[in-house]
Amino acid sequence: MTIAETLLGLLEPAPRHGYDLRREYDAQFGERRPVKPAQVYATLGRLARDGDIHVVSVEQVGGPERTTYALTPDGVTRLERWLTEPEAHTPYLQSVIFTKVILALRSGRPAERLLDAQRTAHVAAMRELLRRKSGADLTTVLSCDFTIFHLEADLRWLEHTAARLDKLAKELS
Amino acid sequence: MSEPLLHATGLHLAFGQTRALDGAGIEVRAGEMVALVGSSGSGKSTLLHCLAGILRPDSGEVVYRGARLDTLSEEARSRLRRDEFGFVFQFGSLVPELTAVENVALPLRLAGARRRGAEAKAREWLERLGVLDVAAKRPGEMSGGQGQRVAVARALVAGPRVVFADEPTGALDSFNGELVMEELMGAARAQGASVVLVTHETRIAAYADREIVLRDGRVTSPVVS
Repeated sequence: MTIAETLLGLLEPAPRHGYDLRREYDAQFGERRPVKPAQVYATLGRLARDGDIHVVSVEQVGGPERTTYALTPDGVTRLERWLTEPEAHTPYLQSVIFTKVILALRSGRPAERLLDAQRTAHVAAMRELLRRKSGADLTTVLSCDFTIFHLEADLRWLEHTAARLDKLAKELS
Repeated sequence: MSEPLLHATGLHLAFGQTRALDGAGIEVRAGEMVALVGSSGSGKSTLLHCLAGILRPDSGEVVYRGARLDTLSEEARSRLRRDEFGFVFQFGSLVPELTAVENVALPLRLAGARRRGAEAKAREWLERLGVLDVAAKRPGEMSGGQGQRVAVARALVAGPRVVFADEPTGALDSFNGELVMEELMGAARAQGASVVLVTHETRIAAYADREIVLRDGRVTSPVVS
């Protein structure tokens, strides 16, 4: 997740302070990896330095100082560019599994057991996501779906590989 | 632990030179959802057909509620399928000449229910599955997703103890497939029915409580998650 652009997106509707932004970030996108407070404040500092946001006010009511930020026109341009740019394909877990399969076969270990164990773990994760989706709001459903379909792609690769293990072992021997 | 509702051991079945089942076995408990998975030709559909009494194995045993099912006469197996089991298939589950409500009422009518009562109950099921609006339509006038939901209603209307579903989402896109699975599993669970599901899609198999993996007509590793 690109924290800088995400914060710009969260700031676009109205000015907000860092604490508020962090709460919103975690509620919407931070289920698996909550953002650290220091990351939020450091990112806001960089965005202000680069002219993408500016300070609207600094308040202190009882607790620590709260700085409220707003988007600048440059910030809106940066956000718009980011929202329309396609994302590069990111490497998935299967590359690690691939490495394990090759190393297992090269060393004469049974790779089938590894694939079966991985499959079991993936299916269990998928079942848990299906449970979480049941009766959930659409945002949660779509977030779960994203992971479910990626798990499915991994599982297909596991099945294809399992069906070709003998040939692969010969090729590597 | 209680006796399984349905269990099979050492099933062998060949079609000519092709060995479809080569010692497969399975246990299904009351209310349990089990998915049979494996590549094409692994024997998963043949196993489902043997469990449901549609096919008779060459050897091995199928026991349902403590009694042999595979040795029953064709007539007795047919009665058992009508009274105890529900079915959802990938294609052609519905009678093309009948409307949705007549299709869903069919298992009740075959069991001797009067038309009015059977169709009232069928309408309740169509409503529950969100397809009451196609009650008067014939299968050719429905979308694939609507047709499969009608098929799910028909499979469950008579309160079966076991629902056999062979690739129930195979002809649907992923979104409609998911709706059908949620409805099938939700309704079966609410009725306490067991489900034996055949699918080649892991995402669909994950709706079941447990998976049985078949390879070359044998159960390789029952995966319990």
